[in-house]
Amino acid sequence: MAINYIYPEFDVIRDPNRCITCRICERECSNGVHIYDADRKTLRADETKCVDCQRCVATCPTRALKIVKNTCALRENENWHENSIKEIFKQASSGGVLLSSMGAPNPLAVYWERILLNASQVTNPSIDPLREPMETRVFLGRKPSKITRRPDGTLDTTLAPQLELETPIMFSAMSYGSISYNAHASLARAAQELGIFYNTGEGGLHEDFYQYGAHTIVQVASGRFGVHEDYLNAGAAIEIKMGQGAKPGIGGHLPGAKIVGDVSKTRMIPEGSDAISPAPHHDVYSIEDLRQLVFSLKEATRYQKPVIVKVAAVHNIAAIASGIARSGADIIAIDGYRGGTGAAPTRIRDNVGIPIELALASVDKRLRDEGIRNDVSLVVGGSVRNAADVVKAIALGADACYIATAALIALGCHLCRTCQTGRCNWGIATQRAELVKRLDPDEGRRRLVNLLTAWRYEIMEIMGGMGINSIETLRGNRSMLRGVNMTSKELEILGIAHAGE
Amino acid sequence: MRIDAKGKLFDALNAEISEHNGELEIDNCLGQRFIAAGASAKQVVINGVPGNALGAYLAGATIEVNGNAQDAVGDTMNAGKIVVRGNVGDAVGYAMRGGAIYISGNAGYRAGIHMKEYREKKPVIVIGGRAGSFLGEYQAGGIIIVLGLHKDGKPILGNFPCAGMHGGKIFLRGDAQRVVFPRQTTRRAASPSDMYEISSYLAEFCDLFKINVREFSRDDFTVVVPNSSNPYKQMYVAN
Ligand code: SF4
Ligand code: SF4
Repeated sequence: MAINYIYPEFDVIRDPNRCITCRICERECSNGVHIYDADRKTLRADETKCVDCQRCVATCPTRALKIVKNTCALRENENWHENSIKEIFKQASSGGVLLSSMGAPNPLAVYWERILLNASQVTNPSIDPLREPMETRVFLGRKPSKITRRPDGTLDTTLAPQLELETPIMFSAMSYGSISYNAHASLARAAQELGIFYNTGEGGLHEDFYQYGAHTIVQVASGRFGVHEDYLNAGAAIEIKMGQGAKPGIGGHLPGAKIVGDVSKTRMIPEGSDAISPAPHHDVYSIEDLRQLVFSLKEATRYQKPVIVKVAAVHNIAAIASGIARSGADIIAIDGYRGGTGAAPTRIRDNVGIPIELALASVDKRLRDEGIRNDVSLVVGGSVRNAADVVKAIALGADACYIATAALIALGCHLCRTCQTGRCNWGIATQRAELVKRLDPDEGRRRLVNLLTAWRYEIMEIMGGMGINSIETLRGNRSMLRGVNMTSKELEILGIAHAGE
Repeated sequence: MRIDAKGKLFDALNAEISEHNGELEIDNCLGQRFIAAGASAKQVVINGVPGNALGAYLAGATIEVNGNAQDAVGDTMNAGKIVVRGNVGDAVGYAMRGGAIYISGNAGYRAGIHMKEYREKKPVIVIGGRAGSFLGEYQAGGIIIVLGLHKDGKPILGNFPCAGMHGGKIFLRGDAQRVVFPRQTTRRAASPSDMYEISSYLAEFCDLFKINVREFSRDDFTVVVPNSSNPYKQMYVAN
């Protein structure tokens, strides 16, 4: 037998003085790491299968377990990093394309961390959000660019359809199939309670979730899975997915093994058949074609719903966004290259696309320069990790943010980045009934509501410190931002001054 | 009810169409897009040339066109029937999941891309003449029939049909020897059960366009099917 070159990545450390042989870890680990040795009446571990999801650690009643990074290391090399070498081992033994999940783990430029926020001192009083009203509500959709009057002189108050959000944050697209029924139920219930929206992703809408339609964005992707008349009319808005930050320019393949039961029913494809989303929409090869798709959706829903066009942040994103704004879309969603995924080729995830901060700043500027900023709302995502990131995004010009990874972490995701295996021990990225039931949708809802309630308060506190009492005043207010550790080119693209200026 | 489409833009025309269920006849149609998008309860007859995305997301209505139709006929159609007495443009039946499209003439590029089927839903496209390149790319279900009744001597299919096909069937009548199909598909002569499967569609086609069904003999049909419904299974290694 060929030697396996790859030494296990993690060590499973069990404290024999604490272990009471309850065998809970054995049941909790879907990867089959913990094995009961009946002769010795002890547990041992096959650490080759461990993905460091921390499930056994969290469920061990005596805290006898610890998962640590294996210290067994290849000889250090600043050029050939350990990962580069291991990836070659994997490809040389399998001949396969490397497949990963979740956002890029590399130390890629995170501009949020190099942007600092302003606060009022002396010349402009700050506002206490506990005492004074603070407006975090936003409306997403096309805004009129001028006042028009009807022939009788009265104001024309007809507005294009809008999404009303209590907080400028939404849950971004994750399909049923890539995540579980209970994860979707948690997101849907939380969106309803929070007065925001969650997004079906491209896997269709489970019949049980039509009741949350007023807080649902339904997605139309190149595979058109589960897309039909009732689906389009079920949501509050329709999102056309042109691209995704984690894998710009490529489609998706949900393997046939995951197309089972309700997932097959919701996608409306036979069990066991691969769900292939082609890389492009094969009816969209230009902005004119996009316009056609936008309007076909508007026609099919009688102009009742805003249409979102979601693209990945890539080079020339400003010109692309300008085209989208002219296609009749009401909202543009841009997904940066650190964005998450249930499965993407590693090389694409780690090398294609640009950071959302730069994309957002140049899109907002371009749309303003062209006088079409009010024709669309901008929603950005791709690793928005906390309330400060949200505030910075809005000050750079976003109307709202999309979060997905942060929402999954609230549901218990430990970022083990093995969603593609379908064995998520936290009941999120899996369809196995025994794992799905580990995630209680009401507890999930509660945790998501907690998270966003806390973020909303933090947003109000930061705004109050700036002397700002409404999101509207914060939007595009780049004077509230300063950069550190940046080149003048980076500052120029972000449209902000350096700290100290 | 009759609607005169002359001088009307697509949104005005479609607003009018959406208000009426039952039988509708549209005269002087000239390129208006999205006609009957998402419609379920009506029978629409169109005299003239409807624009792109005719019957997109169709949910059970029937549409009959006396003339040619343009691109994206029946895009993501779910149920119903579209009959075109003429040719259609590109991307007919894109991602179609149910219902039937009958075209007396030719179809452009990318016909039936990513057509799929689910349970009782089995979409069908019958093309009387020839089809352009990229027929049935990513086809995941349903039936595409190309009858080759065209008389201009051009080949029945363009280039690169069936790339990424992983479900459904394509029937070609006449000489398909020169067409190159990708490795993940199999080409074979039609069996009696294949012919039985499409007999009602052929009968309907003949009935619609007044063609003698006896013109079609089993010997003339080639069937193309995918070898696997999981074409990408072996491609990846977890990282
Ligand atoms: S895979 Fe998760 S549950 Fe299993 S041993 Fe590793 S950390 Fe524990
Ligand atoms: S969703 Fe589950 S499998 Fe995916 S990274 Fe999070 S814990 Fe791991």
